[in-house]
Amino acid sequence: MPARRGATEMNTSTSLLVQGYEVVIGFETHAQLSTQSKIFSRAPVAFGAEPNTQACAVDLALPGTLPVMNKAAVELAIRLGLALGSHIAEQSVFARKNYFYPDLPKGYQISQFEIPVVQGGEVSFFLGSEKKTVRLVRAHLEEDAGKSLHEDFVGQSGIDLNRAGTPLLEIVTEPDMRSSAEAVAYAKELHKIVTWIGVCDGNMQEGSFRCDANVSVRKPGAELGTRREIKNLNSFKFMQQAIDFEVRWQIEQIEDGHKIQQATVLFDPDTGETRAMRTKEDAADYRYFPDPDLPPLVIEREWVEQVRGQMPELPRAMAERLVRDYGLPEYDATTLTQSPSMAAYFETAAKASGQAKLVSNWIMGEVSRRLNAEEKEIAAAPVNAAQLAVLIGRIADGTVSNNAAKQVFDALWIGEGTEVDAVIEAKGLKQMNDSGALEKIIDEVMAANADNVAQFRAGKEKAFNALVGQVMKASKGKANPQQANDLLRQKLG
Amino acid sequence: MNDLHELGVAGLAVAIADKKTSSVEAAQHLLARAKAHASLGAYLAFNEDATLAQARAADARIAAGERTPLLGVPLAHKDIFVTKDFPTTAGSKILEGYRSPFDATVVRRLAEQGAVSLGKLNCDEFAMGSGNDNSAYSPVHNPWDIERVPGGSSGGSAAAVAARLVPAATGTDTGGSIRQPASFCGVTGIKPTYGRCSRYGMVAFASSLDQAGPMARSAADCATLLSAMAGPDIDRDSTSLDHPAEDYTTLLGQPREGASAALPLKGLRIGLPKEFFGGGCAGDVLVAVRAALAEYEKLGATLVDISLPRTELSIPVYYIIAPAEASSNLSRFDGVKFGHRAAKYDDLIDMYKKSRSEAFGPEVQRRIMIGTYVLSHGYYDAYYLKAQQIRRLIAQDFQAAFTQCDVIAGPVAPTVAWKIGEKSDDPLANYLADIYTLSTSLAGLPGMSVPAGFGAGGMPVGLQLVGNYFQEGPLLQAAHAFQQATDWHARAPGGY
Amino acid sequence: MSLTLSDIGRIANLARLELTDARSETLRVQLNGFFDIVEQMNAVNTLGVEPLAHPTAVIDHVSLRLRPDLASEPNDREANQKSAPAVERGLFLVPKVIE
Repeated sequence: MPARRGATEMNTSTSLLVQGYEVVIGFETHAQLSTQSKIFSRAPVAFGAEPNTQACAVDLALPGTLPVMNKAAVELAIRLGLALGSHIAEQSVFARKNYFYPDLPKGYQISQFEIPVVQGGEVSFFLGSEKKTVRLVRAHLEEDAGKSLHEDFVGQSGIDLNRAGTPLLEIVTEPDMRSSAEAVAYAKELHKIVTWIGVCDGNMQEGSFRCDANVSVRKPGAELGTRREIKNLNSFKFMQQAIDFEVRWQIEQIEDGHKIQQATVLFDPDTGETRAMRTKEDAADYRYFPDPDLPPLVIEREWVEQVRGQMPELPRAMAERLVRDYGLPEYDATTLTQSPSMAAYFETAAKASGQAKLVSNWIMGEVSRRLNAEEKEIAAAPVNAAQLAVLIGRIADGTVSNNAAKQVFDALWIGEGTEVDAVIEAKGLKQMNDSGALEKIIDEVMAANADNVAQFRAGKEKAFNALVGQVMKASKGKANPQQANDLLRQKLG
Repeated sequence: MNDLHELGVAGLAVAIADKKTSSVEAAQHLLARAKAHASLGAYLAFNEDATLAQARAADARIAAGERTPLLGVPLAHKDIFVTKDFPTTAGSKILEGYRSPFDATVVRRLAEQGAVSLGKLNCDEFAMGSGNDNSAYSPVHNPWDIERVPGGSSGGSAAAVAARLVPAATGTDTGGSIRQPASFCGVTGIKPTYGRCSRYGMVAFASSLDQAGPMARSAADCATLLSAMAGPDIDRDSTSLDHPAEDYTTLLGQPREGASAALPLKGLRIGLPKEFFGGGCAGDVLVAVRAALAEYEKLGATLVDISLPRTELSIPVYYIIAPAEASSNLSRFDGVKFGHRAAKYDDLIDMYKKSRSEAFGPEVQRRIMIGTYVLSHGYYDAYYLKAQQIRRLIAQDFQAAFTQCDVIAGPVAPTVAWKIGEKSDDPLANYLADIYTLSTSLAGLPGMSVPAGFGAGGMPVGLQLVGNYFQEGPLLQAAHAFQQATDWHARAPGGY
Repeated sequence: MSLTLSDIGRIANLARLELTDARSETLRVQLNGFFDIVEQMNAVNTLGVEPLAHPTAVIDHVSLRLRPDLASEPNDREANQKSAPAVERGLFLVPKVIE
């Protein structure tokens, strides 16, 4: 699908030059829609099944078979369109893209060409502190192809059509991005959105979220240069590497006086280089025409409004709300809105404890550290939001010190207990707030450390800290540091 | 009974229901007869075990007291319909030996009504042709004159019904493939409104034109079959219309509203497009058609002159749209998942090219070439898009005509059946001979061919009747009334 | 406009057909004969006429039927591959695909 149709340039985009060249990047992303069945057949879409066990007669294009459209795929397209502020076409048309390839059973792919279901829209995100907006051309529904397996067969390829007919949304941007960093930031934001609203599981290893980057370079102000398309970038890391390599390569070519030829290239993670694919013959002439097996897709406005009614709050909007309602820094708000479950965890704990910033610190600190270490999702955290809220309440009301709270958290995490107060009791971590007992300790410490007492009275402030340390030690950390300070000063007069 | 082959669908159903014969006996009789007349080339495949198993099941249902208008009646299917019990070739080498894992919806629906399948009937390769001489397996001979073609593409179906090898058969019509062979062989055939019969399980030729329909010895038998064949196929065909199935037999024998038994068609306005009665049509055909129309007047109908001004344009329009869709529909025949794969090839692309070139016949390759060209870059607007626009104008011409008449009538084809081989090296001549049937297909209207007498060489001539969308009932009613007053449809070719 | 042999070659390649020279020449003549009768289409004024892709759309508006998202097709691999030219371990075999 041509990404450039109707593309105009964005002058607002601040562009950092590479060796005097401006980098121009547009994206085509294939997001696999989270449905149970294929887009045009009732075969399942589960990943990793035995070859061709999930390819029914329709998917194999057996003679006489016909496509019947999956309603859920359309609904998910509407969902994404609404999330991106796009126009949902009242009527869109499925077309046949004709070409011969072994993983394409019908000899054509059913896609949308002239009239896509999702039109326009944009994706906004922060690149560092700078807010960026990438305009979308369109997002259209289409069917995925099968897979060619080149290993295991001498001089032959094995064709597995399980993936054939899996519903995809191809999301096409204007060439608005001006650096690999911006491109990756865009891809991450889009990935966050599609997973956030549940249209795609976002699994890049399994190919559920595949990005193609159209890269070209030009002297500032010049016409758009000839682009090369980097196919199937299936990790954010490779994405940046591939684009950076491609940009350097194109600049070298131009500097050496060569013209860039339009091409499709693959990125090789091992070499870190891109190489041109053996171009599919006459790929230029797909002979698109409206699929006579499928009448136009008509979407009633009522349906759109119904879907709109079920839309969750989107990450950017939620981040702004967290800043507004909880007084969080932008950084915290953005971090906490990585996923709906993390945001929910935060809000539950913040509401229950009334300590938003403390909760935020704990989620970004202890909680994340533990989750990362154990590669767990926050939804699966052994310490739930309610427990964290109680614990943070105990820090706030002075029951436990911050260090003691960490011990309580660890205990809860490894399942030594479930009740915060019970754990505090069991571990005897309660701060000592009874001044009688504290005075007794202080007297003993002063008696045992007469020299420090003398030094302090001689004006050595340092000696005071030593004494406080002794007091805390003697109280096994249970003494309230502030209270210990005050009492000690009184007694030292 | 040894004259079972002379019975039509209704007659056989009654004979079987009344235990005068059994479904098994009828099937055996007709299988033997089909094999005795194998030289006609009507059949491509039998599976006696499967047929007799179906017949025994039907006899069991009858013994259990069940009755349906088709219970136990032997039929045969055009080889365009995929079937589990029989191989399916679509008349092409590329599908030689192909076995479908499922039955076409039309085949399934007829089986559910208790019809028994005798086998698969010959046709032009992928239903592309009007003489059945494009079959990759053998030509089909017209039982009225074995030197002549039976018409196409449903030539096997027409010849088998005319030769009394089977009481009725299924056919498919994309640009006239039911009506024209019915006319050439003197049988009755109807192509319903596009979308009335499911296309699921029909090997696709031109998706926006293909329609299934019955071919039999009378309008009444066609009505019985169509009632079983038609109806929505919500789960399998997105172009199947969501109109409830109808019983097309209810109007048969009834006088039209306000008419009498004496003048059963009183008030019926029959429109005669002047473009169908011009110099392009052979005199012998016009004589038979006009005589049939005179008969209709006797039945109370009135004749009105109308015009379908774009009739001639229907030839280029059809032969752009149909090949364009076909070129895409036939891309799945690439030697990977099913069908012919060349024995020797250098690489993948060479395998595609050799497999397809070895196994597609000349006419199929010709249409793939035309279709590929009209869709190719830079030509799409001038050809395919323009053709689809004119197609709308053609459909609107019909709607305008139907404000002046209830039914449109004329010849099915400009001539009677021609000699085998006469037009084989002249594809254009074949295309031009479709002139009277193409526009109906482009508009998606129901049309039928009713035996209306004989022309040159004693060959049958069909009267074409075209109705507005979903008017299959009234169309069959008008055909039935004619057949009550004439016996053209009951004539059998000598020796059969 | 008249098709040349190189046009025929280009179209045949797009359609994955292999034609002998004789066959190409025959097709060139036959296709040009056909496109002569296509010429008459140019005389028709179709300005603003909506293409008719689905016949019954001429009387009432047709729209795509949507089915519920249910995975109900069983694994029928054996029957589905019964007519396949080359299968190994459930995979369709083809000459090596080079990307």
